[in-house]
Amino acid sequence: MAAPKASLHLVAPVWNGGTRGISGLSRVVAPEGNQKKGRSLLQFLADRFYDVEALRDHLLRKRVSKVHQKNRPFNHINQRYGPYVAGAYFILKQGGAVRFQGREWIRPNQRGHFSLDFLKLQAVPVEAVDASGCAINYQGLDSLLALKELQSLWLQRCPHVDDWCLSRLHPLASSLQELSLAGCPRVSERGLACLHHLWNLRRLDISDLPAVSSPGLTRILVEEMLPSCEVLGADWAQDLKLGPEEQPRDTAGPTPA
Amino acid sequence: MLRRTLLLGLGRGPLGRGLGTHRGGSILDRDGKMSEIKKKIRSILPGGDWNPLYDTSYLPPESSDVVIVGGGVLGLSVAYWLKKLEKPRGAIRVLVVERDHTYSRASTVLSVGGIRQQFSVPENVQLSLFSIDFLRNINEYLAVADDPPLDIQFNPSGYLLLASEKGAAIMENNVKVQRQEGAKVCLMSPEQLRNKFPWINTEGVALASYGMEHEGWFDPWCLLQGLRRKVQSMGVLFCRGEVTRFVSSSNLMKTASGEEVNLKRIHEVHVKIDQSLEYQPVECAIVINAAGAWSGQVAELAGIGKGPPGTLQGTKLPVELRKRYVYLWHCPQGPGLETPFVIDPSGTYFRREGLGHNYLGGCSPTEEEEPDPGNLEVDHDFFQDRVWPPLAQRVPAFETLKVRSAWAGYYDYNTFDQNGVVGPHPLVINMYFATGFSGHGLQQAPAVGRAVAEMVLEGHFQTINLSSFLFSRFYSGEKVQEHNII
Repeated sequence: MAAPKASLHLVAPVWNGGTRGISGLSRVVAPEGNQKKGRSLLQFLADRFYDVEALRDHLLRKRVSKVHQKNRPFNHINQRYGPYVAGAYFILKQGGAVRFQGREWIRPNQRGHFSLDFLKLQAVPVEAVDASGCAINYQGLDSLLALKELQSLWLQRCPHVDDWCLSRLHPLASSLQELSLAGCPRVSERGLACLHHLWNLRRLDISDLPAVSSPGLTRILVEEMLPSCEVLGADWAQDLKLGPEEQPRDTAGPTPA
Repeated sequence: MLRRTLLLGLGRGPLGRGLGTHRGGSILDRDGKMSEIKKKIRSILPGGDWNPLYDTSYLPPESSDVVIVGGGVLGLSVAYWLKKLEKPRGAIRVLVVERDHTYSRASTVLSVGGIRQQFSVPENVQLSLFSIDFLRNINEYLAVADDPPLDIQFNPSGYLLLASEKGAAIMENNVKVQRQEGAKVCLMSPEQLRNKFPWINTEGVALASYGMEHEGWFDPWCLLQGLRRKVQSMGVLFCRGEVTRFVSSSNLMKTASGEEVNLKRIHEVHVKIDQSLEYQPVECAIVINAAGAWSGQVAELAGIGKGPPGTLQGTKLPVELRKRYVYLWHCPQGPGLETPFVIDPSGTYFRREGLGHNYLGGCSPTEEEEPDPGNLEVDHDFFQDRVWPPLAQRVPAFETLKVRSAWAGYYDYNTFDQNGVVGPHPLVINMYFATGFSGHGLQQAPAVGRAVAEMVLEGHFQTINLSSFLFSRFYSGEKVQEHNII
């Protein structure tokens, strides 16, 4: 079947592959992208040409595989230098920072380069990891979970950290004392529910999580779940609606007679 | 004459609107008229469904390579994997026949939505592990261009199975099997249980197994809609109708040992259209029975079980409807955010629902108290008598609870050994089964779909070996009993 030409506006833009016998109810999820007026040129062309559609799918797949490539495990480093050095190398390669026990923070510079001095620290455990903004995902956590004496983990604003990743953190329960998830767009209250495995946790930062449906209530429930932990989160009164008799009175105006 | 002209003029002009119909239509409705004209031209041009005589878009096609009876999560999963694994792309025409597009009685959407690896049969553990992998990467598997990504609302809170003294040894064995397959389960003593979950009363509990990862619950409706929209984009045809008849032919053949056997092959499926007497015979090569709780009836239509009892011809598909109740209650002092899916030794289960101290739960009745599956009415006395007492005993906070709502759904209950039936029938050679999972069909659907697709396309199971789940075990009597059924 020839691809429909862009100039013939009367032809239906999206081919369904000849589906027949569909009642109106079956197409429940409407393709919103097609109805939006301000579509990008690539989208517009992809609706009309198979080649452009294949190109767009290829670009999307490349983006996904780039994240996978960033999260690949460094098995050869692990075998040669041990799990601590492999984990540190993984974090530094992603753009994060690492602190070994009794040493200073090691960070990559502006261009992403870092010194390889830490390769000799094979027996020194890693104490703190700052992976803020890194593209770490479920697969990449393999390297982090090998760091058995990790005390502080910062995952602020990581775009691929979601509820599944949080369910994986339980092996660090005996050592992890500080965890920060501020600003992660995919973390919701369902993932926060499995943080109760981390019984040694003393500081937890769950502020600014856009996917959490009721931040104030979630913070209260997490505080109840982890009694010995200090939870930084949304203000509990944030979502409360005041009743009619509790409406704040305007004290700036003159007092009524 | 002047009066007549005036009347005419006023009648047609903007001042006087007569009651007569205007031939061209009013100018006010120009946009509506234009869109109607466009729609008409669009239907006439190639690619539109223009039928000058009458509209037949509601009928299924006259022939289809594979007909899947049942459009629930198992049927759609088989359709998805058939389209994904077929070579070359677009080679197979698949038709899904579902009689209720609102899914009002389907087990998929009425299910509690849990997924676990804590089974006693190793194949079940493997199926669950693959399915959780599928759910984690659901947006890579079921991505459709231009549509928003799916959010199945997975709660990774795990399952907590409690065992009394009698069941402790079995539970330990099961956990060993599960760990061998790769499930992350840990065993807990009553002391550890009290430390972790102070709201549990551990009286009568000797051992507990807790799933740390890959277990929890999710939204089955979202999975169903995601599968539906993806298979539609892959070109699977849908039909709203009911299968009423199979037209098949028989061949008398001799096995290698010389005995004669009658092999049947289904040639046509008669699909009766909803709310009408009209039916369409669909020529097909393969039929997949994924009708869930009604699979037994569909198998009878194909002649499975019509023969002297005790022979292979006389072995029926032992899948029946069983009604199960689910109750939603509110308990403000109940357990908090960390609540897993708890299963009591008595068979009662519950899980947290949302953030507002609401809980879902129920219990499977014993064989003697099985309710009548004729309708989906809820029996609230069942909650008072059979569900609440063990719940209140296990979690003392549940002594003060208030039931908010309840619903009932069907299990596609396999009366033989409560495990699924997968694969072809030995005599009706082109009917494949994907049913009989007795309450854990939803959590194994992605993996079972792939197994059936491999069986159809390659002739044998490739990734997970489900040969112990074939139909022939009903005749040979080899039970694959699943002990951890709730």
